[in-house]
Amino acid sequence: MTDTVAQTERDRQVKFRVMITALGMLPVLVLLAVGFELLSGRFLTFNNLSIVMQQASINIVLAAGMTFVILTGGIDLSVGSILAASAMVAVIVSLFPDIGMLGIPAALAMGLACGLANGVFIAFLRLPPFIVTLGSLTAVRGLARLLGDDTTVFNPSLPFSFIGNGTLFGVPWLAIIALSVVLISWFILRRTVLGTWIYAVGGNMEAARLTGVKVSVVLLFVYAMSGLMSGLGGAMSAARLYAANGLQLGQAYELDAIAAVILGGTSFVGGVGSIWGTLVGALIIAVLSNGLILVGVSDIWQYIIKGLVIIAAVALDRYRIQGGART
Amino acid sequence: MANPVAGSDTAPVLEMRNISKTFGAIKALKDVSFSVKAGELHALMGENGAGKSTLMKVLSGAYVADPGGTVLVDGVPIATGNPKAARAHGIAVIYQELSLAPNLTVAENMFLGDEPSRFGLVDRRAVSRAARPILERLGVSFSPATRVSALSLGERQLVEIARALSGQARIIVMDEPTTSLTTREAEGLFKVIHQLKSENIAIIYISHRMEEIYRLADRCSVLRDGSYVGMLEREELSASRLVSMMVGRDLSSFYKKEHYTPKQEGEIILSVRNMSDGETVHDCSFDVYRGEVLGIAGLVGSGRTELARLIYGADRRTSGTVTLNGKQLAINSPRDALDEGIAYLTEDRKALGLFLDMSITQNVNISVLAEDAKMAGIVNFKRGQSRADKAVESLSIRTRSTATNAGSLSGGNQQKVLLARLLETAPKVIILDEPTRGVDVGAKSEIYRLIDELAKRGIAVVMISSELPEIVGVADRVLVMREGHIAGEVAASRTEPIDQEAVMTLSTGATAAHSDAPFAISPETGKSR
Repeated sequence: MTDTVAQTERDRQVKFRVMITALGMLPVLVLLAVGFELLSGRFLTFNNLSIVMQQASINIVLAAGMTFVILTGGIDLSVGSILAASAMVAVIVSLFPDIGMLGIPAALAMGLACGLANGVFIAFLRLPPFIVTLGSLTAVRGLARLLGDDTTVFNPSLPFSFIGNGTLFGVPWLAIIALSVVLISWFILRRTVLGTWIYAVGGNMEAARLTGVKVSVVLLFVYAMSGLMSGLGGAMSAARLYAANGLQLGQAYELDAIAAVILGGTSFVGGVGSIWGTLVGALIIAVLSNGLILVGVSDIWQYIIKGLVIIAAVALDRYRIQGGART
Repeated sequence: MANPVAGSDTAPVLEMRNISKTFGAIKALKDVSFSVKAGELHALMGENGAGKSTLMKVLSGAYVADPGGTVLVDGVPIATGNPKAARAHGIAVIYQELSLAPNLTVAENMFLGDEPSRFGLVDRRAVSRAARPILERLGVSFSPATRVSALSLGERQLVEIARALSGQARIIVMDEPTTSLTTREAEGLFKVIHQLKSENIAIIYISHRMEEIYRLADRCSVLRDGSYVGMLEREELSASRLVSMMVGRDLSSFYKKEHYTPKQEGEIILSVRNMSDGETVHDCSFDVYRGEVLGIAGLVGSGRTELARLIYGADRRTSGTVTLNGKQLAINSPRDALDEGIAYLTEDRKALGLFLDMSITQNVNISVLAEDAKMAGIVNFKRGQSRADKAVESLSIRTRSTATNAGSLSGGNQQKVLLARLLETAPKVIILDEPTRGVDVGAKSEIYRLIDELAKRGIAVVMISSELPEIVGVADRVLVMREGHIAGEVAASRTEPIDQEAVMTLSTGATAAHSDAPFAISPETGKSR
C-alpha cells in the first residue's frame, strides 16, 4: 500500500518536473522583455518586436538545424561557414538574368550538400562530429571565399530581396520563414518516426542500434538538415544584404546557434530537448542584443553581459530541475 | 606450491565478524564471519551473486557494513566504509577491471595519489627509485618507466600488485585475477603469489576455477545467497564438496516447471552452426526445438552474451550460420535479425536497452514504429497507444500512465517494458540475456510465467542466466559454456529435473566431480615448481 503512495508521490514529482521543464526559459524571456521595457520605455512596441524577430530569424533557423544535431548528442560547428558559402551561391546565381530566383534553391542545395558531406563522414566513417564539423568550418569557409574570388558580390536588384526586407500583412518575411521552420521541425521531431528515432539515438545510441533503429540514416539526416537550414540562412542573409562576402559573413554564427539550443534546455549529451526551447533561447539572445542597445549599453559591455546571462540562465535551469537535467 | 604450514594456530591478521549488508529490501550479505591468517591464501568461492564482491567491498571500504558488523585487522577494529582507513591498515584490492591509468608509467601508477613530492612537485626520480625494488621483488621484466598502455594484461596485473605493495599492503584481495590472462601469464602470477605468501602477506583469492583453488588455496570459504556456508581446509578440498556447498540450496517451488520437453521429439526451429567471433566465442553450434526453453549457463565471461549478440547480428562474426525454420538467414545487423523474427533482450537494460528519458509508449513501440507508420513516416499514435495499453495490461506493468518516462520505473517494470518491446515485433525466436537481473521477486515469477507461455505458443526461447536455480527451474535443457566453447549440455527428462551439480561441474571444468575422494594434486599441476 505504502508502495503505491510512494508511487503517486513520485509521479506527482515527475509531473511537476515535466511542467517546469516544458516552461523552461520562457520566464527568463518574459522577465528580460519586461525589464527592458521598464528601462527604455520603447521595447514592447510592435515595431521594435518585429525588428527583434527579424534579427533573431537567421539564428532561429540555424538553431533549429542545430537542435536536430544536438538531440542526437552531436554538434555542428560548420553552420556559419555553410551559411556564408550558401549566401555566395545565392547572390552569384541571382545575377543570371531571368533565372535569378533560382538563387534560393541554389543556396539550399549548397547547404544540403555541405550537410550531407558532414553526415557521411560522421554516420558512415564514424568520425567524431566535433572534429568533422571543425574541419568543414575551415574548409567551407575557404570554399565561400573561393566562390567570389575572395571579393564581395553584389546584386542591387536581387529578385528575392523581399524575403529579407519585405513584410506580409505587416509581419517580416524573415520572421515568417523562421517560425515556419520551427513548426516544420516540431512536426518532424514530434510527429514522425524519424523524430522518435532522433530522440532514441541521442538518448542511447547503442540501445537504438540494438532496437533496430537505422542509426546511420538518422545521423545522416540530422547533419543534412543542419546543412539545409544553414543554406536557408544563407539565402535569408543574402536577401537582407543584397550582397555576400565569403570572408566575413556568418562568422561565429555557430556559437549563437549552440547558445540558443542550450539556453532552450536541450541536453548537450542528446535525447532531451525541444524545438520550442530553442525558439525561446534564440529569442533571449535577440532580446538581449536589441534591449541592451535600446538602453544604451556599449558594444563591448553587450558582449560581456550576453555571455554572463547565458551562463546564469543555464545555471538557474540546472538549479531548478536538479537531478532531472543533464545539460 | 602449497604453503606447507600456514601456521594453523597463529592469530588471524584479518577478521570479519557478523557482516551484513542490505540494499533496500535486498540482503546481499547475511551475518558473514570469517578470518584470514598471515601468509595464507584463503580462497573465496560461490556462485555469481553469492555476495563475494559485496563482502570484499565492505573490506576495502567501498561499502559501510550494516550496524553490528566489525572488521578487525590484527585484532583492532577499523571503520568500514572508509577506503583510506582500509588502505592505511594494509588492505588492498585488485579488481577484475584493472584500475590503472594507461597513459602513465608503471612507477607513476604505483604511487598514484601518494606521490613522493618536494615542494608540491612530483619527485620523479624518487618515484622511480622507490618503484624499482618492489618490481624486483616481484621478479618482473619491465622497467618502472614503461608506459602501462604498452603492457599486456598479465603485466598490468603485476603493476596492480606492485601498487598494493608500495602501500605496505598485508592483505591483498584478488578478484578473478586470471580471467583475462594467458596460461603463461597466470603461471607468472602464481609465482608472485608464492613470493607474497613467503613474505607473510595474506591473500584472499576469488575464483571460479577449481584447478586454481586446488593448486593455490590453503583454506577455502564458500558463500551462498549472501550467507557463509562453511570452510574447507586444504586437505578437505574436493570438487563435489565444493560444488554441493555452492549450489546446496533447495529448489523452491518458485522455479517450478510445468512441462518438460524431451528434446528429440520436437521439430527444430533454430539452428546455429559454428558461430565464432575470433575472440571470445569459438565454434558454437546448437539447435532449439519447438516449444522448448533452452538455457545457456556458464560463468561470467564464458562468452554467453557474446554468442547471443553474434546470433542477433549486434557484433561481427568471423564464421557461423543461423537457420530459422529451415531457411538460412543473412543477418548483419540487429535490424536484419528483427526482420527475420529474432529478438534479443539485453542483459544491461539501462545501458543497452531502455530510453530512460522516453515514455513507456515510445519504449514499447520503438521497434515497430516504422511498420505502423502512416504515409510519409508519420507516427501512428493511436496504434502505438493501443500497443502500449495492451502491454501494460498483459504484462501487468505497474505505472500510472503510459506517458511516464521509463527511467522512473522500478527494475522489474523496466524489464517488462523491454520484454513488451520484443513481443511487439512478433518474434519467432527470443533470446533473453539475464531476464531477471535486478528484478524483484514478484516480477521474477511473472517473467517466468511469461517465458513458459511463450514456449507454449511455439516461440523458441533461449535464456541466458547466471542464477543456477533459475536456469535449472525454467529451462528444459541447458547448454553450458566455458571459455567461449559449448562445454556440454544437460537436459531434463520427464521425471528428473536438470542436475544442478552437473551444470556447475561443466561450467567450472571441475573434472573430478562426482567422486567423493579428496582431490589429489595431479602430476601435471603438482610439478610446477
